[in-house]
Amino acid sequence: MVDVYIDPHVHMVSRTTDDYVRMARAGCVAITEPAFWAGYDRSSPKGFFDYFRQLTEFEPRRAAQYGIRHHTWLCINPKEAEDPVFAREVIGLIPGFLERENVLGIGEIGLNKNSRNELEILEAHLQLASDHGLLVLVHTPHLEDKLKGTRLIMDAIRRFPKLDPGRVLIDHVEEHTVGHVLDRGFWCGMTLYPDTKCTPQRAVDIIECWGSERIWMNSAGDWGHSDPIAVPKAQMEMRRRGHLESLVRRVTFENPERFLSQSGRFSAQPLRPTAPDVTR
Amino acid sequence: MAPGVNGSGTPMTRTQVVDAYFMEHRARLLDVAAFLDRVDRAAVGDDDFRMRAFRAAVSILGDGRPDRARRVLELLSDPSTDLVAKAGMKGATGAHDPAKGGG
Ligand SMILES: [Zn+2]
Repeated sequence: MVDVYIDPHVHMVSRTTDDYVRMARAGCVAITEPAFWAGYDRSSPKGFFDYFRQLTEFEPRRAAQYGIRHHTWLCINPKEAEDPVFAREVIGLIPGFLERENVLGIGEIGLNKNSRNELEILEAHLQLASDHGLLVLVHTPHLEDKLKGTRLIMDAIRRFPKLDPGRVLIDHVEEHTVGHVLDRGFWCGMTLYPDTKCTPQRAVDIIECWGSERIWMNSAGDWGHSDPIAVPKAQMEMRRRGHLESLVRRVTFENPERFLSQSGRFSAQPLRPTAPDVTR
Repeated sequence: MAPGVNGSGTPMTRTQVVDAYFMEHRARLLDVAAFLDRVDRAAVGDDDFRMRAFRAAVSILGDGRPDRARRVLELLSDPSTDLVAKAGMKGATGAHDPAKGGG
C-alpha cells in the first residue's frame, strides 16, 4: 500500500536523481529543504549566494521532473555561525531571496555547540523572521548538546514576542525533548536517522506516548549516512503495529501541510513530472 | 505534559510486541554484550567518560522503571545551562564529559 507523504526536511542538493525516483515511487509529493552546512565551511559569503540560487532556482526544477514540489528555507546554519561578521554578511543576502516563490521562511537555524556566537546569530535570524513575519524551522544540537540547546533556543524565541510558537517548528526532537517543545506550544519534528536521532520505531513510540498534535517526521536525508525514504518506512511501521490509516496520514501528510501552509507558499497538490529543460 | 496523556498508546498486545521485535532486539542486546566484552579485551587504556556513561545507561535498562529511553538520553546529556565561550569542534561525542563542567 502506497500513500502520499510530505518529507518536510531533506537536503536534496546532496542526493541523486535515483533518490528522487525512489521518493516519488514511495509516495512523496512535496518536500521542504532547509539551508544547511555543506560538510565544510564556505570560503566566502558569495558561496551562500550561489547556494541560495541552487535552492530557489535549480533544485525546484530538478524535483519537478519527478513530480515532487520543492520548497526551501534560507539561513546560515549554526555550524558556520562561530564567525559573526561572516554570518551577518550572509544574513544580509537573505532578504533578496525572500520573494522567491518556493521560500517558506528561515531555517534551519538554531544552535550546534551552544556557544555565545551561535546564539548571537540565532537571534539575528529570529529578528529577520520577526520583521518579515516568516515561519521558522529550528535545528536542535546533536547528542549530548541537544537538551541544553533545545532549552536555550526556546528561551531565545520567547524573547521575540512577534514570533508565535505555532509558526515555529523545532526539529530533531527525541524522547528527552519532545515534551518540553510541545509544552511550550511549538511544533516538533522527529528526524529518522539510521544511527543518531530517531529510528522509525522510536518515532512511532513517541507518537504513541505524546499524540499526533503539532508533530511530524522527516528523513533529513543529506550527504551523510541517512535515508531519504525513511518517512514511508515509518508509515509502514505504523501500519505494522495496527495504527489507523487516519493517524498515518495525519502525521506524514496533514500535519506538515497544516504547518507549512501558514507560509502561504506551500503546495502538496499533485504535480505531473516535467520534462528536463534542455535549453539550460 | 507527561507521556501517555495525549498519546494513542500502542494497538498491539504485549505478545504481539514481543513477536514483532524480540529477535531484532535480542540481536542488539548481543551487540551490546559483545561490545562490552570487546572493550574489556582491549588491554591498553582505561574507560573514558563515554564508557562510564554507557555503563550507567545500561544499568537504567534493568531498573524496572518506565521512560528508559528518556532517562538514558538525559543521562548522556550536558546538564549545564550556560553558553560556552566558543564552539571548539562542530561534532558531538554522544556523552557528556563531566571534565568540561556541568556535573
Ligand atoms: Zn537538516
